[in-house]
Amino acid sequence: MKNARTLLVILLLSQGSFAQGNISGNMETVFQYLNEDSIINAKQPMQKGLINSYMNVFYTQGNFKAGMRFESYLPRIQGYPNRFDGTGIGMRYVGYQNDFVDVTLGTFYEQFGTGLALRTYEDRNLGYDNLLDGMRIVLRPGKGVVLKGVYGTQRLSFQQGQIVHGAGLVRGTDAEWHLNEGLTFLKDKKLDVVLGASFVSKFQEDDNPEWILPQNVASYGGRLKLTYGNFYADAEFIQKGQDPSSDNQYIYNNGHAAIFNLRYTKKGLGILLSGKSVDNMSYRSDRTKDLQDLLINYLPSLNKTHTYNLVATLYPYATQPMGEVAYQADVLYTFKKGTTLGGKYGTTLGLNFSTTYRPEQTLNGIDLNDSSRVVYHTRPFALSDSLYWQDINFNITKKFNKQWSGILSFYDIKINNDVVKVSDAQGIIHARIAVLEGTYKINSHNAIRWELQGMWVQKNEDGINDKGNWATALVEYTISPGWFFSAMNQYNYGNADVSKRVNYPIITCGYIKDATRLTLSYGRQRAGLFCVGGVCRPVPANNGLMINLTHSF
Amino acid sequence: MKKLFLLFLAATFSMAVQAQEPASEPALNQKQVPSVKLVDMSGKAINTAELTVNGPVIISFWATWCAPCKKELNTIHEVYEDWVAETGVTLIAVAIDDEKTKSQVAVYVNGKAWDYTVLMDPNWDFKRAMGVNNVPHTFLVDKNGFIVYSHNNYAPGDEEKLYQELLKLSEK
Repeated sequence: MKNARTLLVILLLSQGSFAQGNISGNMETVFQYLNEDSIINAKQPMQKGLINSYMNVFYTQGNFKAGMRFESYLPRIQGYPNRFDGTGIGMRYVGYQNDFVDVTLGTFYEQFGTGLALRTYEDRNLGYDNLLDGMRIVLRPGKGVVLKGVYGTQRLSFQQGQIVHGAGLVRGTDAEWHLNEGLTFLKDKKLDVVLGASFVSKFQEDDNPEWILPQNVASYGGRLKLTYGNFYADAEFIQKGQDPSSDNQYIYNNGHAAIFNLRYTKKGLGILLSGKSVDNMSYRSDRTKDLQDLLINYLPSLNKTHTYNLVATLYPYATQPMGEVAYQADVLYTFKKGTTLGGKYGTTLGLNFSTTYRPEQTLNGIDLNDSSRVVYHTRPFALSDSLYWQDINFNITKKFNKQWSGILSFYDIKINNDVVKVSDAQGIIHARIAVLEGTYKINSHNAIRWELQGMWVQKNEDGINDKGNWATALVEYTISPGWFFSAMNQYNYGNADVSKRVNYPIITCGYIKDATRLTLSYGRQRAGLFCVGGVCRPVPANNGLMINLTHSF
Repeated sequence: MKKLFLLFLAATFSMAVQAQEPASEPALNQKQVPSVKLVDMSGKAINTAELTVNGPVIISFWATWCAPCKKELNTIHEVYEDWVAETGVTLIAVAIDDEKTKSQVAVYVNGKAWDYTVLMDPNWDFKRAMGVNNVPHTFLVDKNGFIVYSHNNYAPGDEEKLYQELLKLSEK
């Protein structure tokens, strides 16, 4: 007790200086009360109520930093990964940083280049968290030079309130040099150059009785970024060594991932052309894992992230890590104010095209009976004629007057469901979607926004069109800055099975005060894929009440 | 051990209470913009703790896939010149697009002819450090780096409230 009192005195005395530190963070709680609904096959969980919560707390004082996140799943909400339960600390670190050195011990999130070699990140909405737990050093030895070193094991899951780590060890180093900051003769030149290189290695013991597995598997490569006036180009290439895993059925092929972007932009115009080639590039710190577990690298899918619900959640595409070749073109142009097409406020036209194919794989010179287990040859960007994905879309955004504005969008999507498996249908699903959105500003604080969406799924040779056609209507009323109310209905009116022509009505209201946001919704939610950045998780259909509270401090 | 923990809690709480006290001077532990090293669209390094060297800033977290974010920034775009002239504010649009859509950021920004400073936060380091749950989340920061107002949403008219807060700040 005496010690405790002494401590209290010390704490109170030190508070003066302690309080100079900066504490910040945020929290979120999601509560669901779910009903049984046999029409949409939604089950009521035994507990009836489900709740996810987390809170981040970050502390910095001078050069010192520390942070942690408490997480709680009592039990987890529907559609969240099934390996989260209990309450405890899911992330924690201490560190020190100044202009030269930045050291972190504990957990951290890191990305090398575009992430093709290494990216650890979290997305709480998805339940995705592949953080590294160990040590990271970032050095800035000269102007424009950044050197990084990481060492750790990854977070696999969170059980009984504790982080469960993956079996393998991840080591990596990365260097990046922005030449124009470091070299005086390039300073203020029109040409801007950034060079980078990464090396990542994972270690996992060979405990497989059948094969002699490489215990250390490396991936490495380089990148380049060039800017010249309005032109921009970047590219990264990563090569991976032999990495037999359950993903690739224990073959001994090497892997690669390459990505490039070419861009031209000026005021009122943006043009982008991107390409990507991926082969045998699933890279995990445990070779026996699948889905989104223990991924060391990040392979972005090369297409636009759509936001309207029918187009975003029914037929989304995610990268096929075993191999794909993809291209994308994206254009945005604003017709100037005062021109015929621009009108009084300007009109914006967006065009986007993306396509993905299976890579070409040849058996030239391959003996499938030899002991090498190298089972095919491929070259970067060599594509076959097997389509995985295609999306052609455009949108027009226009403000008519001080009250009215609107957006018209159209999408034509083809997705190879034998590969991507977003539903039960076979072969290519071909869907066309049109969306009309309007906003009417009643006065400076009140506005009404509405959306009308239609999805028409084309019949294939056998007359089948997956779940058929859909329509969505949404109306939203907002009172700035505090309130919003919305009602939405999705209707699967074209389902071939008449008993599945279901309505999914849902109402939502929300209150926002500064950095606090509370929303309540009640109704049916259709099963779908919830995706962020090309990573998706299936969410089952449900019916009930959902309360969501977020706060930042 | 338990007592120590309780004491620690008590001490933390008393600090938190102090933090709530209104003060004419910014409270010592009022939230300040943390230092995170990001790059702009051309790859130039920027320390987020030094964003306010030229006066107050609005930090707006957005993404190319976030419709209300784009609506907010397009609305402010129409009046931005006036805001800059009246208050000397700079708007920093922090794009949280990851590698999937990061390359579309410059297409959108230029296609819309925005005059904002755009920072790239593809692995959400700054988003995390600022305690951002969802986008859009907009912060108003005074010239000393203290956050004086923030709002986690966008509805038509919200820009008026932001403008009022900005005027209050420039009158000080």
